Amino acid sequence: MDLVFKRPECLIDVPFHFCPGCHHGIVHRLVAEAIDFFKIRERTVGVASVGCSVFMYDYFDIDVLEAPHGRASAVASGVKRARKDLIVFTIQGDGDLGAIGIAEGIHTANRGENITLIFANNGIYGMTGGQMAPTTLLGQKTTTSPYGRNFSYDGYPIRMAEMIATLEGSAFVARVAVNNPSNLMKAKKAIRKAFQMQIEGMGFSMVEVLMSCPTNWGLSSLEANRRVEEEMIPYFPLGIFKERKMADYL
Amino acid sequence: MGKKMSESCERILVRGNEAVAMGAIDAGCRLFFGYPITPQNEIPEYLSKHLPPLGGEFIQAESEIASINLLLGASATGTRAMTSSSSPGISLMQEGISYMAGSELPAVIINISRSGPGLGGISASQGDYFQATRGGGHGDYRVLVLAPSTVQEMYELTCLAFDLADKYRNPVMILGDALIGQMKEPLLRKRPPALELPPKDWALTGAKGRKPNRIKSLYLQEGELTEHNWKLYQKYERMKKEEIRFESVGCEEAELVMVAFGSMARVAKTVIELAREEGMKVGLFRPITLFPYPEKPLKEISRKVKHFLTIELNTGQMVEDVRLSVERDAEVYFYGKPPGALPPPEELLEEVKKVYGTEHSA
Repeated sequence: MDLVFKRPECLIDVPFHFCPGCHHGIVHRLVAEAIDFFKIRERTVGVASVGCSVFMYDYFDIDVLEAPHGRASAVASGVKRARKDLIVFTIQGDGDLGAIGIAEGIHTANRGENITLIFANNGIYGMTGGQMAPTTLLGQKTTTSPYGRNFSYDGYPIRMAEMIATLEGSAFVARVAVNNPSNLMKAKKAIRKAFQMQIEGMGFSMVEVLMSCPTNWGLSSLEANRRVEEEMIPYFPLGIFKERKMADYL
Repeated sequence: MGKKMSESCERILVRGNEAVAMGAIDAGCRLFFGYPITPQNEIPEYLSKHLPPLGGEFIQAESEIASINLLLGASATGTRAMTSSSSPGISLMQEGISYMAGSELPAVIINISRSGPGLGGISASQGDYFQATRGGGHGDYRVLVLAPSTVQEMYELTCLAFDLADKYRNPVMILGDALIGQMKEPLLRKRPPALELPPKDWALTGAKGRKPNRIKSLYLQEGELTEHNWKLYQKYERMKKEEIRFESVGCEEAELVMVAFGSMARVAKTVIELAREEGMKVGLFRPITLFPYPEKPLKEISRKVKHFLTIELNTGQMVEDVRLSVERDAEVYFYGKPPGALPPPEELLEEVKKVYGTEHSA
């Protein structure tokens, strides 16, 4: 009998702490599959950001460094500048990258730091209990936008992938979702591509993943998956926004 | 060999800030992250020119917040790296410094301090003493603080700072000021003997042939954080035992001892001479480590000398440590000069006379 599905080697065999229906576990898995695919476990360093993604070191069987809130891309750049032979990635949430750490995120991309950033966008502050995020959709109710996000009060949800793609330093920028098998396969491909760009020294690569947060959205897992499709994707379109060819870089 | 010796013994005229940059290079620092701010710009400028030919890198970050976090990342790989800034920029770095103390990461941070609060001004000040010696950011931690008083010390203490950071896996700060950073003095560019240091088996280098290393400051399991804080405390206690550094000038035969650090100690040295000309026995106690503070040697002096005059370029910060250090029957006077201009020796001599007079009329 052929083995067709197994736990990625660089994921430790422990249960995830994530809530039922949360997409974080899937994203961890896709990253782990990319690390296994390129056989880079022994030279990969992960940078844990603050938020639900902070426990990265409990799941990945690799060296991990914890960054202050919002600073993960600066910390990851520091690791990479010191050791260019290492493969460095971080998973940052929407509060981490889109709010408190937006300056670090933009300048990391603009300097073309050769790291990989997985941007976990679920439109809400998960770990702190469901407050409004920079990517919270208009009209969406959260614990700090109880009447629904109103642009005249709160501004508009930020489209990070489109913004990062405008910067000359970014090499690969995509937005994906993992709410159904078809999207998940595209997400897997994009994450693998992002790591490949780094391995080839092309510059900054970022994959924004639209993710669910059933707990803080107040929805069941299936309803949350549907919400990604019906409400998030129309505002945050999926696709590849930037893909640098080697020729552009040189 | 002969040529090398003669080269290394040659004195060069450099600014304090350049001496810091040279010290960093000679200590093996190959990565620098920084953001422009007066009066420390000669440090990044020098390193942006001299690091690349050595295979190192200078990165001008978008902010001091980014600088300190780039440093955090580089440090986690076991690489010697540094940042420098001045007071307002150092305030922005406090978050990162707290994380590095909590994560037990070595780092060298240079504060060529200026005056505050707020935007303040660019003149010399010692207003950052509390911030530097009390941790500075959130949480119960300390940073080892070295206070140079000459250009030569700017160089030598920077070299030492890298060794101490590695020895303790803790941030080390050089607390200079606008005066020492900008002034030129002859420098003998000869690296002091390096300390023997433990291997960096904690560094993140990729988990090849070993278990993964994790560097973090989050401890949520019951009792974990208590244990972690006690571990850090033990480290600071060890610093107090092993790292006390100070200069004592004429304290043995003195009737009055001035206590001053950094640029103020330079003025105080002139005051000693003026006071002696007038027949007063005045000494100077100059702490070189501000944390750990040289409590014991100061207490020792206070067994005999009962009058201390603390002189600072602020309205009174280090004076608290002097009062905590000396014997209870010793009198501690304070003369402070908020930032603007360094007081001339004659002005300080008047203060010395007042305190000296108190002593002799008693």
